[in-house]
Amino acid sequence: MGSREEILAALRRAAPPDPGLPSEPVRGTPYADLALQLGEAVQAVGGAFQRVPDAAALREAVAALAARLEARRVVSRVPEAGAGTAGEAGPADVADPHELEGVDLAVVPGRFAVAENGAVWVAGEDLGHRAVFVIAQHLALVVPAAEIVNDLHEAYARIRFDGPGFGLFVAGPSKTADIEQALVIGAHGARSCTVFLVG
Amino acid sequence: MTGHAERAARFAADEPRAHWHDQALWFVRLKRDRMAAAVPEWEALRERAAAVKAHARARLADYLEQFEREATRRGLRVHWARDADEHNAVVHRILSERGVTRVVKSKSMLTEECHLNPYLQARGIEVVDTDLGERIVQLAGEPPSHIVLPAIHKKKEEIGELFHRTLGTAAGASDPTYLTQAARAHLREKFLAAQAGLTGVNFAIAETGGIVVCTNEGNADMGTHLPPLHVACMGVEKIVPRLADLSVFLRLLARSATGQPVTTYTTHFHAPRPGGELHVVIVDNGRSRLLAEEEFRGALACIRCGACMNTCPVFRRSGGYSYAWTIPGPIGSVLAPGRDPAAHGSLPFASSLCGSCDAVCPVKIPLHDQLLARRREVVRAGGQPLAKRLAMRAGAWVLGHRALYELAGRLARLALRRLPRALLYGRWNAWGRQRELPAAPAESFRDAWRRARGGGRG
Repeated sequence: MGSREEILAALRRAAPPDPGLPSEPVRGTPYADLALQLGEAVQAVGGAFQRVPDAAALREAVAALAARLEARRVVSRVPEAGAGTAGEAGPADVADPHELEGVDLAVVPGRFAVAENGAVWVAGEDLGHRAVFVIAQHLALVVPAAEIVNDLHEAYARIRFDGPGFGLFVAGPSKTADIEQALVIGAHGARSCTVFLVG
Repeated sequence: MTGHAERAARFAADEPRAHWHDQALWFVRLKRDRMAAAVPEWEALRERAAAVKAHARARLADYLEQFEREATRRGLRVHWARDADEHNAVVHRILSERGVTRVVKSKSMLTEECHLNPYLQARGIEVVDTDLGERIVQLAGEPPSHIVLPAIHKKKEEIGELFHRTLGTAAGASDPTYLTQAARAHLREKFLAAQAGLTGVNFAIAETGGIVVCTNEGNADMGTHLPPLHVACMGVEKIVPRLADLSVFLRLLARSATGQPVTTYTTHFHAPRPGGELHVVIVDNGRSRLLAEEEFRGALACIRCGACMNTCPVFRRSGGYSYAWTIPGPIGSVLAPGRDPAAHGSLPFASSLCGSCDAVCPVKIPLHDQLLARRREVVRAGGQPLAKRLAMRAGAWVLGHRALYELAGRLARLALRRLPRALLYGRWNAWGRQRELPAAPAESFRDAWRRARGGGRG
């Protein structure tokens, strides 16, 4: 008998009676003002939050962020936010994700944001190379203002894994507290994370 | 034989450090409390998490088969391993068949449990731990002392000295930001040069055939999105039935672990990256045996948040190494004796049975009941030292005889009042170490009762 069969048989022999799977949906506590709560939550996880009225304002805000960060190499996956550095193609156009090392700022679309915890859902099909959101020194996430859900329960009702079969929640910049519990921003991934809420 | 008490005594001998360790973990516990209190439905989430895990345990084989089916359909490759040796061999075979000699790894308690790193290193494969805390202890040649905060036992000055020696940071530098940035630069080179990324698995979803990995640093993402090969190792108990169940566990996990509303990166892998490979190794290594133990199977619900460690008054004052096992603290003290009662028999006694671990556990594992049950096992198996066995027998005899009990009480009160300190706090009295014995009351409760009731028998 192979390992697979042996393990499954052992688990079946040992299985306790099934108490049943709870099926009623779980609900969180609703927030009165989703955008307000989102802004607070993003800042609580170490991110920056900026609401802009439209695409033109977004372009300006992203350009200002890039200037502030002195970003030389900007990759944009959000056409409305600008095209990225002149001559710099989107990350889908580099052959190997290792070539993304040295990107100063990545601008990435978020499908929706979660008011409860400041997390933004990033879908694999929007990324080109998966690595782009983590290898860039700084990250900007662009989320339409209409796309805010209350909590993770609502979030999972929206998530599907078709296409590239990849997606993640990003909540703020990369961080660690592994040295004496001192919070340090910028462990391995983005040193800053700005969420632009558009609309 | 050296047990937890002896190892804890060594840690506690450095009193300022033990106090510092205690405070550092209590700080994390308080952050967790604030987060839990901010979620009105916190208790309902815990109930739901416990119920989902209880159901998943009962149907584990079915759900693993479903996971395998769905994952395979999505292009993941699923492997099975009965024990640590087979797990290590499977991982090594996947790596060596592809000529991999440089691997980056993100945190996985399972691979610690299986001692994967030395196995691969002995076969010519470089394994770099990339979680900052894990890299610190790896450079120091130590195991992690906590499952979420691997280097919580180290002071920043010691890490500064270690990095000076191994990474060439400035002598005497101990600023956490400076040291973290040095590690970032060092590990980025490793990420860019790696041929494969190893990760653990926080959750595997039967319904969709995907896995979820949570980190704050982004090391699992740096480690898996650059090289073409990702190997993820999971215990059989990581299964959740449905995608929607994740919402419950993810709302609990980071809040319980570090007092954050969610981890920075919660990455859902449902396919290998284009042109790449994603392998999932499903490991039993004693878990089916634990499932068969009625009193202890609930421990399989553990989502490895570490909250029981941060709150445990014994863990905080004795340090992770005093447990001498991969998973320390209350949950480790339940799990370890199931693996090897002779080696880990002292662990269930590393508890005051205060129940604080039960109160914070996000999946409601009845830890202090289980610790008590493990004690019973150890005692039945005769695993107690002779002195303790005799003392317990004497105690049972005294407590079983009323006259003897009253006499013992009178003698104890007399001794507390009259005996010289040197004798009272002698080596024989473990209770007199680092604490004052209580002042002897003027009379016993029994005497007071008799007096109040006008001399009637109580």
